[in-house]
Amino acid sequence: MQLFSKDRMWRHHDLKPSYDVVIVGGGVHGLATAYYLAKQHNIRKVAVLEKSYLGAGASGRNTAILRSNYRTPEGIPFYDASLKLYEQISEELGWNVLFSQCGHLTLGHSDSSVAGLRVRSENNQLLGVNSRMIGFEEVGKLVPTINISREARYPILAALYHPPGGIIRHDAVVWGYARACDRMGVEIHPFTEVTGIDVENSKVRHVVTCKRRIATGAVLNATAGWATTISRMAGVPLPIVTHPLQACVTEPLKPFLNVVIVSATLHVYLSQTDKGELVVGAEIDPYQSYSMRSTLPTLEQMATYTLELFPWLHGVRVLRQWAGICDMTPDFAPIMGAASEVSNFYMDVGWGTYGFKAGPISGKCMAELIATHTPPSLIEPFSATRFETGRLIGEKAAAAVSH
Amino acid sequence: MSFLVPCPNCGRRSVYEFRFGGEVRQVPSLEATQAEWQNYRFNRTNAAGIQTEWWFHYFGCRQWLQAVRNTVSNEVLHAYLPGEKH
Repeated sequence: MQLFSKDRMWRHHDLKPSYDVVIVGGGVHGLATAYYLAKQHNIRKVAVLEKSYLGAGASGRNTAILRSNYRTPEGIPFYDASLKLYEQISEELGWNVLFSQCGHLTLGHSDSSVAGLRVRSENNQLLGVNSRMIGFEEVGKLVPTINISREARYPILAALYHPPGGIIRHDAVVWGYARACDRMGVEIHPFTEVTGIDVENSKVRHVVTCKRRIATGAVLNATAGWATTISRMAGVPLPIVTHPLQACVTEPLKPFLNVVIVSATLHVYLSQTDKGELVVGAEIDPYQSYSMRSTLPTLEQMATYTLELFPWLHGVRVLRQWAGICDMTPDFAPIMGAASEVSNFYMDVGWGTYGFKAGPISGKCMAELIATHTPPSLIEPFSATRFETGRLIGEKAAAAVSH
Repeated sequence: MSFLVPCPNCGRRSVYEFRFGGEVRQVPSLEATQAEWQNYRFNRTNAAGIQTEWWFHYFGCRQWLQAVRNTVSNEVLHAYLPGEKH
């Protein structure tokens, strides 16, 4: 028996002169799209270009929380389809992604936040998502270590409980998809930065990379925080601003928390990993930036708010703090579809602070769109034309801090 | 990354004293088309590099400033009161 596999996860290739589809961005969205293009549509002449190592961007920097308790009738079925794919993904890829459906609690500390949670709870139930309101006493039963005192600065009034939510090993998802793509003949090209896109007669003809120029039939922009820089190369404007988002992880502790805790009022969300570390995330930095360096004020904020919920964690040390960059849209919903200016330039962008949980379903839907030139009904409302028609998808109440 | 903003009134102060006001942009004329207004309302340059921005010195002189900043390094090249453009 061979204990450790000696197979490479994915092979090295030299860039070919042409591909059917070039995917810019080697994170979960780009790789999932490549996976479904090959698996469901038999389009295998696909190159995934990543300017750094695979999963170096938001796919490896998020807080690994999965859930589908969104607010809008467009968002809820979409994220729920993603969660259902995540439930199967280990088996499908033959690769353990350590998905733990431990449950997800969004705390309400004010009448207005409880009202917002109630809207989500009702919308979720109407659309078949397991999600309900619970009182603070039940929060105390689910999480005996949390501070439910009425004397707290912002006492917990109620919570939205979403049992199917949970946490996953985000790197494993990226590696699993990359491995499966490689097995089907898709080429993975890390450290291959796109430096230009040649457009002629409203169609992309070539993608210029730091290695060579390649001809292509279609391009997908799946670059999250860098989405604007790639779109600009194709001459496609975007309603996106890039903001950093920070998180930190503590030293490992004995298991005490088996549910994801989110508080929009306290701008904090936390979970305990299988190793026992506490992963804590903050809200986005209050200014536009492409910098991935972390800041002390945000660390202080994360610590302060975590201690509001768990005062007994005061002596716990922080191991690491990091930042990723997020492509924020005006309505906190993503943009998926073909660009109206350039017909074979596809966008899977605007993923802000909620992209990782949508990876599998976006990949599946974007692959169908690229293969059939028809958007699946699940992603039709997320087209960029919604900013012309005014049919925005207001997900801020469910997507801003509530990861 | 945290950084300092050189306020023309108060000197170099922590960015956390300020409120970010977005890119400095040209408001369309009253004759502008629907598409031009939509572009103004939603689309952003979102430069990865030097851009001119609005900042409000919330915990300082409480004045709106314009600052030229590199959004990759967060270095503020200079800041001035609107109208006093360098």
